[in-house]
Amino acid sequence: MKSRIPFYLILLALIILGALSMWYRHITFQIPWVPGEKRQIWSVEAKVEFAAEGLPVKVSLAIPDTQPSFIRLNEHTASPGYGLSYLENAQGRRAEWSIREAYGKQTLYYRVDMLVDNGSVPVVSPPAPELAVPSHTEPYATAAYELLERAQQRSADAFSLARELIKEFNSQSQTAQLLAQVQTRSRWLVDLLNLADVSAREVQMLALEDGRRRQPLRTFLQVYQGKEYYLFNPENGIDEPLGQQLLWEYYSSPLLDLVGGTGSKVSFSIIKQDVPLRRMLADRPLQQDALLDFSIHSLPLEEQTMFKGILLIPVGVLVVVLLRILVGLKTSGTFMPVLIAMAFMQTSLVLGLLGFVLIVGVGLLIRSYLSRLNLLLVARISAVIISVIVIIAVFSVLSFQVGLSEGLKITFFPMIILSWTIERMSILWEEEGAKEVLVQGGGSLLVALIAYGVMNNEWVRHITFNFLGLQFILMALVLLLGSYTGYRLLELRRFRPLLERQD
Amino acid sequence: MAFIPGRMLQKAAILKQRGVLGMNRRNIAYIGRYNPRELFPLVDDKLKTKRMAMAAGVKVPRLIGVIENQYDVRHVGAMVDKQRGFCIKPSKGAGGKGILVIVDQQQGQFVHVNGLSLTLADVQRHVSNILAGLFSLGGATDVALIEAMIDADAHLSDYSFEGVPDVRVIVFKGFPVMAMMRLSTSASKGKANLHQGAIGVGINIKTGAALRAVQFDRAIAEHPDTGANLSELTIPYWSELLTLACACYENSGLGYLGVDLVLDREHGPMLLELNARPGLSIQLANGVGLLPRLKLIEKTVKSARKGNGDERRMDREERIAFAQNHFA
Repeated sequence: MKSRIPFYLILLALIILGALSMWYRHITFQIPWVPGEKRQIWSVEAKVEFAAEGLPVKVSLAIPDTQPSFIRLNEHTASPGYGLSYLENAQGRRAEWSIREAYGKQTLYYRVDMLVDNGSVPVVSPPAPELAVPSHTEPYATAAYELLERAQQRSADAFSLARELIKEFNSQSQTAQLLAQVQTRSRWLVDLLNLADVSAREVQMLALEDGRRRQPLRTFLQVYQGKEYYLFNPENGIDEPLGQQLLWEYYSSPLLDLVGGTGSKVSFSIIKQDVPLRRMLADRPLQQDALLDFSIHSLPLEEQTMFKGILLIPVGVLVVVLLRILVGLKTSGTFMPVLIAMAFMQTSLVLGLLGFVLIVGVGLLIRSYLSRLNLLLVARISAVIISVIVIIAVFSVLSFQVGLSEGLKITFFPMIILSWTIERMSILWEEEGAKEVLVQGGGSLLVALIAYGVMNNEWVRHITFNFLGLQFILMALVLLLGSYTGYRLLELRRFRPLLERQD
Repeated sequence: MAFIPGRMLQKAAILKQRGVLGMNRRNIAYIGRYNPRELFPLVDDKLKTKRMAMAAGVKVPRLIGVIENQYDVRHVGAMVDKQRGFCIKPSKGAGGKGILVIVDQQQGQFVHVNGLSLTLADVQRHVSNILAGLFSLGGATDVALIEAMIDADAHLSDYSFEGVPDVRVIVFKGFPVMAMMRLSTSASKGKANLHQGAIGVGINIKTGAALRAVQFDRAIAEHPDTGANLSELTIPYWSELLTLACACYENSGLGYLGVDLVLDREHGPMLLELNARPGLSIQLANGVGLLPRLKLIEKTVKSARKGNGDERRMDREERIAFAQNHFA
């Protein structure tokens, strides 16, 4: 028999490496072991992409500042070769990049951390915009003034006027369509409010949702009454609650000014971090010794949001290994439960369970019809995949119509894997009966639920995302479990007759 | 249910003391150590096993034909035309999956072992599924074997309901360490898997006589369908069967091997298939653990090597005699 010593040495090395790396991060960056007392920080990254043509390039991007509900903590940019300056003028805050010569596709990053704070007072609050008296051609002017007149009759102040005006736009859809030929609705709203001596402007806002990539900005209406202002959604007139919306551009200037390039695009990635107070107040050393700072935090936000999920997979895998080797549960498809658990994390549990049962149930029905058609296996599975996709699409549309935007997240289910699951379960049904299908399907679901419970745990999420070293320890654990020769929990039951005999 | 750690550890200790082999230990200490990975294809592919057996002079059920391509599926009808009963198997099937047993043909209908009648299209679809890899490990494409049906030995036919009774022998380094006979029942729907309700009968290695019989983990005295007294069961041609099982060790090279044998009315002992990952239920059928026997063999083989410097090995007869003396 070969010596096991090298194996245990490797395990030991992995554990020491992982522990040291975690300890280093703990000491150097003061990341606590437990989530503890924390403040919410929204990190938002704007990614500016454009094509340069070999000319001097100047890029000016509107950037946010401290505002009601949010305090700006720190900001930085990634833009190799570019000169950078932050400007603050009547145009608001802007980041300006410049370079003498650039060719081809250019990507610039700007990232800002905003701390959620309900008592924050902006350093400079944007002044109410000056009234501009717009002039419009007929027949648009008459139509618009008519809307304004009606709204004025039913309103008392600036805010109610804005609300009523938006209502008018929604109820007088023909007029609204006519007006939309000239300029956007929000532009019209600003013009009409100005006519009624109410100062207003269009602002660009970002809806904050954790883990989102390629989010667009949305145009809102900022309406002033004295020094106070409200933000209105120009589509439905609802003044959106603060705290879930970040004002990105609010000085009536363009989001992006680009000289010397074409095809520009700005997209936003968002990630929520729960950061301990201590660390937040300390000046965070950023991207200095990237080699030693072996963490996900040195990556661009877009990749970070991906890793937030990916780093949890080993934890789910460990759960499956535990349940199979120590408990002896059977699942259909070894790691299918982990993928299902990942989907549950995206969808929320109830919806995820509902979606899973729905997809597999309807899939089995369709599959039972397909089995009568005498098809070749590959074609049959393909047909099941297409049915699964159709089920998902129908489910999404239906839930959206009913008003459950949560339902859209059902697309996170691993469709190909689900199709194979349906195929295997269907064969199992034909060969061994419905009971076995329930046993195996239930087993997979149980493992998925346990994996979900662990992966969704606050502490587990905190520790996997902040300590990359944990992965080495997980690796060591999996290897160790791989050499476990003891009994499985369910074997104690299986071999029960052998316990009772002989005495 | 006792979910108290103390009680569970206690149970595990008793199982260990009685030498019960668990799944993890089987995988690591026996399959992983004694079954070289490169030999697995030989037993995982029934067609290869069959060819190896035939080359070594081991009797196997007659091969009617092999279907390798989808366009050959339409010839299935012609291939089985002259056969009363036959059996279609995926060559790389795992765990007895995908085996279709037809016992008779009546007016173009095929009578399945469970009494249902199938059309030719049903049979062809089954073959298509086999070719596409539905039953194979990892879904790899496969070929379908058509074999003549086995006609169970007259001594045994009373003991089985539908399906043919087979004998499973665990052969460890060429020693037959434990054996059981598997009898299908109405509960198991003609299948031989114990967890599906087939009867497992522990067999005395020395004599081939029944030790005890279990169904669904409970000891039973009679076959629930045929009423046959299971304690009177004695397997005929027992020494031939043991010799056949041990010959499979030499031909396959697998140290920890499950050999499935049948007794045909006409042809006598035949090899059904080999298994490189034999299950653990055999311990339940015999009421004893495998570990003490496996450890004894390991010790014997080691000391035999040390004692004689020139690696003299026991031959087949000696190994069988050793097993029969120690494991009776």
